Amino acid sequence: MDWEPVIGLEIHAQLATRSKIFSGAATAYGALPNTQACGVDLGLPGVLPVLNKEAVRMAVKFGLAIHADISRRSVFARKNYFYPDLPKGYQISQYEIPIVGRGSIEIEGENGAVMRIGITRAHLEEDAGKSLHEAVHGMSGIDLNRAGTPLLEIVSEPELRSAKQAVAYMKKIHSLVRYLEICDGNMQEGSFRCDANVSVRPRGQTKFGTRAEIKNLNSFRFVERAINYEIQRQIDLLGSGGRVVQETRLYDAERGETRSMRLKEEANDYRYFPDPDLLPLELSEEFIAGVEATLPELPDAKKHRFMAEFGLSAYDAALLTANRETADYFEATVTASGGQAKLSANWVMGEVMAALNRESKDITQSPISPTLLGGLVRRIADNTIVRSNVERRRRCRHYHRYERP
Amino acid sequence: MHKNSLIQLSRALDRREISSVELTEIYLDRIARMDGKYNSFITVTAELARAQAREADQRRQAGNNGPLTGIPIAHKDIFCTRGVKTSCGSRMLDNFIAPYDATVVEKLRRAGMVMLGKTNMDEFAMGSSTETSFYGPVRNPWDLERVPGGSSGGSACVVAARLAPAATGTDTGGSIRQPAALCGLTGIKPTYGTVSRYGMIAYASSLDQGGPIARSAEDAALLLTAMAGFDARDSTSAERPAEDYSTHLEDSIEGLRIGLPREFFGEGLDSQIGAVIESAVKQFERLGAVVAEISLPNTRLSIPAYYVVAPAECSSNLARFDGVRYGYRCDDAADINDLFSRSRGEGFGAEVKRRIMIGTYALSAGYYDAYYLKAQRIRRLIRDDFHRAFAEADVILCPTSPTVAFKLGEKTDDPVTMYLSDIYTISINLAGLPALSLPAGFVGRLPVGLQLIGDHFGEARLLNAAHRYQQATDWHLRAPEGCG
Repeated sequence: MDWEPVIGLEIHAQLATRSKIFSGAATAYGALPNTQACGVDLGLPGVLPVLNKEAVRMAVKFGLAIHADISRRSVFARKNYFYPDLPKGYQISQYEIPIVGRGSIEIEGENGAVMRIGITRAHLEEDAGKSLHEAVHGMSGIDLNRAGTPLLEIVSEPELRSAKQAVAYMKKIHSLVRYLEICDGNMQEGSFRCDANVSVRPRGQTKFGTRAEIKNLNSFRFVERAINYEIQRQIDLLGSGGRVVQETRLYDAERGETRSMRLKEEANDYRYFPDPDLLPLELSEEFIAGVEATLPELPDAKKHRFMAEFGLSAYDAALLTANRETADYFEATVTASGGQAKLSANWVMGEVMAALNRESKDITQSPISPTLLGGLVRRIADNTIVRSNVERRRRCRHYHRYERP
Repeated sequence: MHKNSLIQLSRALDRREISSVELTEIYLDRIARMDGKYNSFITVTAELARAQAREADQRRQAGNNGPLTGIPIAHKDIFCTRGVKTSCGSRMLDNFIAPYDATVVEKLRRAGMVMLGKTNMDEFAMGSSTETSFYGPVRNPWDLERVPGGSSGGSACVVAARLAPAATGTDTGGSIRQPAALCGLTGIKPTYGTVSRYGMIAYASSLDQGGPIARSAEDAALLLTAMAGFDARDSTSAERPAEDYSTHLEDSIEGLRIGLPREFFGEGLDSQIGAVIESAVKQFERLGAVVAEISLPNTRLSIPAYYVVAPAECSSNLARFDGVRYGYRCDDAADINDLFSRSRGEGFGAEVKRRIMIGTYALSAGYYDAYYLKAQRIRRLIRDDFHRAFAEADVILCPTSPTVAFKLGEKTDDPVTMYLSDIYTISINLAGLPALSLPAGFVGRLPVGLQLIGDHFGEARLLNAAHRYQQATDWHLRAPEGCG
């Protein structure tokens, strides 16, 4: 039988606010355990949450960027469950009325065609703390530094049909939140992670199959591998007459497989209800307009401008706008080169990227500034320098010389 | 000196007839001598009180004082007090020393009040008799065989027995007004959002409201002025300019429209209490008020709605007491679930567990609509009832409690009968309105409370009406035997 995978992603983007979503404690990563947790984060008796306006601003920014409905009135709800690193015994989230409603983004499918992927909603919530099982001998420790860190949970429609599309979608959101400067996108530190809902169905069938949810995927590679593994597992299961059960699964990166974590029947009843400590969040038109005015040029718009303004191919323009830093670097190089767009693009995508990849650096760490590169491009363009000479000298001079100022 | 009202003490301090240190010693001495029979304090902070009194005297010396500077007060043990045990009447928090002050505590402290200690209460404010306290029941100074009401029973007892000139309380369904009524005192539950809930251990967040328990409306007005006000740390705090509740106390109540809700004077009301309320109504008429019957048709729904909303919120609010970070932790937990369930099983008392279970059930998948959502709709109906009523009346008058103080143990085996003792007070919390209870007479030797309900933020008018009544009567001046 020909099976069609159906995939939806729930992406958790940690918002880049300085303080937590409901308290004044700092959000910086990597501090000593429990040094960035105040009474509110500890869930002391009597403390109350106060919403961080900056987190609201960031969520609205995202909503506007995906052309979503922004709720003029949204409601915070409590998601109740017991867990040692969940200090209040509930997580403050949004349930029935999220701040960001339906929107969409465009991704490029496998065949190069543009696909529009629906985003069901995006809501604000607080992160939990962490359990430390190795820190204290014979005991488990709790670190509440992360407790109360603001998250934007971005839920896609089940419109992705392959692991590759899921990765393309996730990369697009990743790029978007960094363009918007609402999330640092650091996946190693867990600032950007996702859960994948995966099911399969016979091609042509409209009804969805039973899905499994794979939790906490924190790299693009893991997303692709975990989804592919899960698709194959479900196809094998159904092909041999078995049934997929609705459950939560964990991806084991070392073994490259997903494993059952808990069945639906074992799942918590979260007893959601509106948080009586927080009034409904009401947004004025002025507030939304104010946020709109701060929107930067978004990746798609930038890509089209690069194509129109610099005569770049769609492929080159996409590559150069994949993240804001690269696009900025490229544009600065073009300016410094006196408008040599194509040559600049070739140098940025070719020599510069290659050298950075070799050194495992990103564009912001490039020892060659756009001004310097632009000057070089200008000299090549007017034939002051012959390209082959540059290539010969590059490794021994410019690169290393400027690496250590 | 302990016979004086708070206002009188304030004047005595002003005139240097007594120092705060001397005054504090008088009360500490009374507590030491008398509280053995009442059990109204969980913690007495004698040393702290002496230090605060010395500071208050210095402030008065320097002329840097307000009317409350140097006056002792007792705090319900639901308010967090830095460095002092804050138990909420529960074994769960028997070892909890709060690391911060509640806004109410901080404000009264800044006004220069001297904290004598923390008063006994129903466990997590769940009860109407102070019998659910881990620290044992409080006795009513008017009759030691009877309850003082609850949940702020310790605070009411303290003020009635003249162990403090005033005390703080909290009111989720009547917990300030009912004990005030049963102990012959004046207590006000302000409009929801008037007094900050920051640092007040939550029972039912959408209903909880702090307020003073005092001997007169005049005293209560002074205290409320110091306690109330917008607090950025409480998102449900009302953003309004500060108000001086004492300014309108002396205003005439000529023409004040008083509504008597027909539903509050029917079945279940003790006829002797009915008679007391009736004569109080006549007194208000003599003062110029115009009395008319009104209707609050959905009153009968308030108890069922309350006993869904309050337990639902409490089931979530009390989830933080899990034995992990602070509070009671069971011995030798086998694993994390054992730690959770035994710490909670051993740390909470029966009434708290009952309400947590009711609330958990009401919020569960499949029951949420039938219980929680329906209760919220009833809340709106009740609010609408009051809204209509306030088109016809400025103030609503009714009894505070259907009975006078009942005997210890009388209702402990029957939670539903206990719940019914809040029948006249609960709908006010559901509607978020202000209401006060003041003494209006006696049945035998037990005090009867009268409740005045106001429209949102109508505290000043309630206090004005109560004060005018108290100027014409002396019920509020009576003291229990041996306490006057």
